[in-house]
Amino acid sequence: MIRFEQVNKHFGKLHALRNVSLNCEAGQCIALVGPNGCGKTTLFKSILGLVVPDSGDISFDGSTLIRSHLYRSRIGYMPQIGRYPSNLSIGQLIYLIRQLREEETQADLELLEEYHLESMFEKPMRSLSGGTIQKVSATIAFMFNPSVLILDEPTAGLDPLASEILKEKIKKELAKGKLIIISSHLLNELDELATQVIYMQEGEIKYHRDITELKEITGETMLSKAVVRMLKQASYV
Amino acid sequence: MLADILKNRVLLVYTLLLGALAWASFLLEDNSSKGMLTLLNIIILTVPLVSVLFSTIYVYNFNEFLELLLSQPLKRSTVWLGLYAGVSLSLMLSFFIGAGIPLLIFQLNTAGFMMLALGILVSLVFVSLAFLATMFTRDKSKGVGIAVMLWLFYALLFDGLILFILFQLSDYPIEGALMMISFLNPIDLARIMILLHLDVSAMLGYTGALFFDFFGSSTGILLTFIALCIWCWIPFQISLRKFKKENL
Repeated sequence: MIRFEQVNKHFGKLHALRNVSLNCEAGQCIALVGPNGCGKTTLFKSILGLVVPDSGDISFDGSTLIRSHLYRSRIGYMPQIGRYPSNLSIGQLIYLIRQLREEETQADLELLEEYHLESMFEKPMRSLSGGTIQKVSATIAFMFNPSVLILDEPTAGLDPLASEILKEKIKKELAKGKLIIISSHLLNELDELATQVIYMQEGEIKYHRDITELKEITGETMLSKAVVRMLKQASYV
Repeated sequence: MLADILKNRVLLVYTLLLGALAWASFLLEDNSSKGMLTLLNIIILTVPLVSVLFSTIYVYNFNEFLELLLSQPLKRSTVWLGLYAGVSLSLMLSFFIGAGIPLLIFQLNTAGFMMLALGILVSLVFVSLAFLATMFTRDKSKGVGIAVMLWLFYALLFDGLILFILFQLSDYPIEGALMMISFLNPIDLARIMILLHLDVSAMLGYTGALFFDFFGSSTGILLTFIALCIWCWIPFQISLRKFKKENL
């Protein structure tokens, strides 16, 4: 569904993506893990067209997505840090985005209800806590029933209850056969969701495997341990 | 987007300030022509400054929201154009309410309309320049610095340079060239245009007469307006081209 071919990206001297080739299919839930600054967010942003690669090609459903924009109606993106115009209220923000995506008539407001955001519709964005902003970002990402969900550290800053709601939602969407890509440092959380793991380091994809396969190779039952074990066996990969 | 800008306190203060200054300069001076002159000097300094600073800061603060908008199925040019329209419309509205209404009450003549139109055009030019400034650096403080430098250059330094050239080359007939040079500065264009529509233009002497010949004619007026439109268009186009390639 999403395919990277030899993608490279530099930011000045920093080589943010090195020859990244990748193939993601519908129905997969991919955990993107790696140390801080390894290029996870850059990878996400290049799918969204926020970052234009220096070389290589990224395609969405077989056609290139560079310099096109319509494909984005099928992607829901939850940024790592959502910052919104401080004077808008939650209600106005959601209304604005629904207007931008006029083609969708019935919006998926499940998260909106579960997070009880309606009661805060009048609150301006600047008065919200980090966690509430994350809830708003999540609601917006899931609102239009996208076929691809890109979640950048979705549970960072959410309280346990809220992150549980989000995980349930992710599972539900996964069951509908969507492609979900999550980056997170909380490997235990990803354990119950992910079907595949991509490990990135310094802009390079170190490995991309099925979780079951990964656990078999390393002989570990926990994803967190398996990821680390795999790294230690780097020569083996 | 517009609702967000209109709620901005800075703009409210700007409107009130312009309003206060405009009313004061008309009510305190005994004839409205003198009031116009006072107002002209105020407008020629504050309008570009507020336009360029407000737009620069607004665009930088908009950055994260830009990310959200661009992850929606929207073209980059649509987003940039929308942002420009939002910022410039609200600045125009502030100018109209603040300075435009007193102008229409006290100076319902060509000079009044001229000042209104030129004030709006100058706002647009400086919004464009601000958009261009934001594309040169990701750093907000540097961007604001560039914006202030642009204002400083056009509002003060440019005239100083012209004076310098004038003194150095005073033995040569450079009035014609001088007129052409003033096309390089949108603020000067607006200032000359308004001055020539006030009664005081009679006191400007030989050079003034020459300016009057050119800028007072309908071709001169037309050329001035076209020049100001080009001043809006080109910086905005360059910024748009850069924005399309920008990494967020």
